[in-house]
Amino acid sequence: MSTPVAYALSDSWTMTRRELARWGRQPVTVLVGLVFPVMLLLMFGYLVGGGRGVSGEYVDYLVPGMLALTMAFGLEGTMIAVTQDLNKGVVDRFRSLPMANGAVLVGRSAADMLQSAIGLAVLIGVGYALGWRANGGPGAFLGAVGLLLLFRFAMLWIGIFLALVAGRPELVQAVQILVWPVGFLSNAFATPDSMPGWLGTVVQWNPMSQTATAARDLFGGPGGESGHVWAALAWPLALLAVFFPLAVARFARLSR
Amino acid sequence: MADTAITVEGARKRYGGRNALDGLDLTVARGTVHGVLGPNGAGKTTLVRILSTLLRPDAGRVEVAGRDVVTQAYEVRLRIGLLGQHAALDEELGGRQNLEMFGRLHHLGARRARARAGELLTRFGLADTGRKPVAAYSGGMRRRLDLAASLVTEPEVLFLDEPTTGLDPRGRAEVWESVRALTGAGTTVLLTTQYLEEADQLAGRISVVDAGRVVADGTPDELKAATGGDRIDVVLRDAGHLGAAAALLPLAGVRVDPDRRLLSAPVTDRMAALSGVVRALEEAGIEAEDVVLRRPTLDEVFLHLTDRTKEAA
Repeated sequence: MSTPVAYALSDSWTMTRRELARWGRQPVTVLVGLVFPVMLLLMFGYLVGGGRGVSGEYVDYLVPGMLALTMAFGLEGTMIAVTQDLNKGVVDRFRSLPMANGAVLVGRSAADMLQSAIGLAVLIGVGYALGWRANGGPGAFLGAVGLLLLFRFAMLWIGIFLALVAGRPELVQAVQILVWPVGFLSNAFATPDSMPGWLGTVVQWNPMSQTATAARDLFGGPGGESGHVWAALAWPLALLAVFFPLAVARFARLSR
Repeated sequence: MADTAITVEGARKRYGGRNALDGLDLTVARGTVHGVLGPNGAGKTTLVRILSTLLRPDAGRVEVAGRDVVTQAYEVRLRIGLLGQHAALDEELGGRQNLEMFGRLHHLGARRARARAGELLTRFGLADTGRKPVAAYSGGMRRRLDLAASLVTEPEVLFLDEPTTGLDPRGRAEVWESVRALTGAGTTVLLTTQYLEEADQLAGRISVVDAGRVVADGTPDELKAATGGDRIDVVLRDAGHLGAAAALLPLAGVRVDPDRRLLSAPVTDRMAALSGVVRALEEAGIEAEDVVLRRPTLDEVFLHLTDRTKEAA
């Protein structure tokens, strides 16, 4: 444990553990974070109902859409956490320590990805209880989960970048509000065919819709289109190719 | 070289459209406490952020513990502790969790990090509160934990950026006591403050900064002597007596402020001046509302020093 690589790994693990320790301190916040998408699922599944343009069981269409939406909303959580750290001065202490520079960001992404994976598991469990079934086989099932997490990973780095650029709690609020229309301007709840032409086009191009469509395909439910797996791979990777280096550069620029 | 802990030569930094540091020079001897005194916006925090490798200077040479803060940042970080203006702690975690985390990030290893956290909690009187989340700490406790966090590896050089700003008098006394205990142990401390009293209490030498440069440098006594030392203020009941009182009081260099019915003068022998003034007023039958001996305020030191640099220019 003395090489730079070993230090980088141990620092990243320490930073991840920090996040996990915070969960232990704030179980209610964590619980609310897990329950909120479940509430949305129940609300749209039963209260609002519908699913315009969907052929087949709505729940089979809705559950993959909600999974994708939950991944998109993860952006908010990441951004809030990074903004809080920056404003509390604790990041200053990290940066003045002889620790691996990137460990702060690695710890953040590891913890957020773990939280999102747990969120997916909970939501999938609730979906099963509501009668949703994945019919694509275990390989396709894992592929769908992988695509959803890849999308979450792209959202994560956008969140880190926005927090580093905005850096102030007031601007987090703006993003919190904006994430709703962006999340809802997708095919999470209804098919683009059921919408006015221009809106359908916007919705179809939303990267979140690509992930949702590919997941539906892999889960073997309605609303899936084969071939969307590539789009669901390409979009998040393209977003990562832009926002990962931007976020890392922005973090390094804190010393300018 | 080995006797110098901090060397700053011609440091410049533009920040937010103005020169936060404008060619600042500073030398701090190893094992001493050095105060950096100045008003808000003088460049104190920028200086500390550069010294602690958080910001890069635009120009100039900056060395801490014999290492360059830009090209040898990692080497510097191994040897410094930082207490910033805002508590640099994870507020949701407990005090012990914070200290253990910082110990691990210093690569002490899990066991030593745990042991060190326990030592520091005891040393700073926080042993009973190690499990409480930091958010529930009082201001003074939080500051002490913050200080403990900056001492996880016994740094060679410790930076304290306005360590008592925003604390009540009790919290301030707690922090002062902790800093004094440290300085016995040979750590070099650079302390920024807006309070003359704080610099006076803690620092062996003081640099007064204004607009990103050092405008004066010396021991507290030297600086106070340069400003004329202590002052006596006499507030009269009747402004009409100001002229008469100014003439008969046994004081030199009296300043008259009619709006506040105030006479103010520098003094050298505090007690002699006080009794002399009281006696003279009684004999003349002039009623005084208040007679106070006081130190020069930061404003006075500061105005005096900046005036002097203007004259010299």
